[in-house]
Amino acid sequence: MGLTGLFLVTFLIVHAGVNACIFINDGGATFNAAAHFMSHNWVIRIMEIGLFAGLIAHILQGLLLWKQNTAARPTKYAMSAANENSKWYSRSMGILGSLLLIFLVIHISKFFVGTKVAMYADGGANDASHNLYLEMKEEFQKWWVVLIYSLGVISLFWHLLHGFQSAFQTLGINHKRYTPLIKTIGVGYTFIICLLFLLMPIAFYFGWIQ
Amino acid sequence: MEHYNMNLTLKVWKQKNTNASGSFEIYQVKDISSEMSFLEMFDVLNEQLILEGKEPIAFDHDCREGICGMCSMYINGRAHGPWEKNTTCQLHMRAFKDGDTIVVEPWRSKAFPVIKDLMVNRSAFDRIIQAGGYISVNTGNAQDANALPIDKKNADDAFMAAACIGCGACVAACKNSSAMLFVSAKVSQLALLPQGQPERESRVLNMVAQMDKEAFGNCTNTYACEAECPKGISVSNIARLNREYLSASLSTEE
Repeated sequence: MGLTGLFLVTFLIVHAGVNACIFINDGGATFNAAAHFMSHNWVIRIMEIGLFAGLIAHILQGLLLWKQNTAARPTKYAMSAANENSKWYSRSMGILGSLLLIFLVIHISKFFVGTKVAMYADGGANDASHNLYLEMKEEFQKWWVVLIYSLGVISLFWHLLHGFQSAFQTLGINHKRYTPLIKTIGVGYTFIICLLFLLMPIAFYFGWIQ
Repeated sequence: MEHYNMNLTLKVWKQKNTNASGSFEIYQVKDISSEMSFLEMFDVLNEQLILEGKEPIAFDHDCREGICGMCSMYINGRAHGPWEKNTTCQLHMRAFKDGDTIVVEPWRSKAFPVIKDLMVNRSAFDRIIQAGGYISVNTGNAQDANALPIDKKNADDAFMAAACIGCGACVAACKNSSAMLFVSAKVSQLALLPQGQPERESRVLNMVAQMDKEAFGNCTNTYACEAECPKGISVSNIARLNREYLSASLSTEE
């Protein structure tokens, strides 16, 4: 769980970085160039397979944990004051992850599939004219799409807030000096990544970028 | 500290035996002193039940001074009640006020079946210890205190881990019923000391294998165990257990 989680953490840096190109506000020229590179470079294409494998492994590990952990307590407590001993989001990683998965299905079917269709349908006739930036801009004019994306990012925020530092503990790293540093970096990472992702649909919706 | 008496409503789990399905019973207790321990309050209640010709509530207890780890009670949704780093016998009634309703349940875990009422069977812990929580040497007389040089920090960490009394509060409080804090304390106290080195690898592998066999859940790092541990065992021991396990798995050739 920790290893696959950290792998996905590194992916999010790239994803947020490429998407942040929209804030250059050049009508999407930089962003489209970056998106074109990401979808056509063969090294990236191979890494893409690794990414999906990592994501699926993370999901399968999560499902296995959920199954074993529910079985470990067949009778629940009638009264539980769990907030007194742990953070709600650390106990809700399964729910947050499931929400993220639902979001991912919507997200992938909107943009990832669109790019692939343009690249391969009709022998790639629409590949050159495919404008991902324009597609984003249009999608994020709908309030409900912006809402779904915002909820997705909020789920990601709480998932990362626990997941980042938790991964290091799982890998056996808990040190008087380094753990506070890891935790600070984790919180910083979570805020920056989620703020960037959240700003994208909102910036398009309110017309902050053209 | 001001002394006062209180009347309480108790909602206590009653279960005839392991296979019976239990349910809550409601009891009233009167004139409970704020200076009583939680177990003494249960003694008063049981005396009252015996006089009324009813069956007393079965609960585990032994030393009543916070070091044996027997008094497993889940009180108002927390292992050993509301106080930090505390066992039930050291929980005093001044934690409650007149008119309170207190819910008392046994530890809930597949690995800790209820024997009767609030008593659970924690033999799973014993079997984990039997799987490797020892050193195989004949112990003669105690050695000279400083015959074996031990790093001060390691000695301190080993002592901190050895403070574990095996009460099971970590399992009880964990949303996954994971026994990682217990196992990590038992692995750590020996892995940190020279005496533990010969069996260091087989110990961690065997103890973790037994832990999994006992149907405890997995650790998802919520750290509820550390918060509820009466001896304040740190989750840094769990990281050490993960390290020990990883390195033993990679280097063992058995």
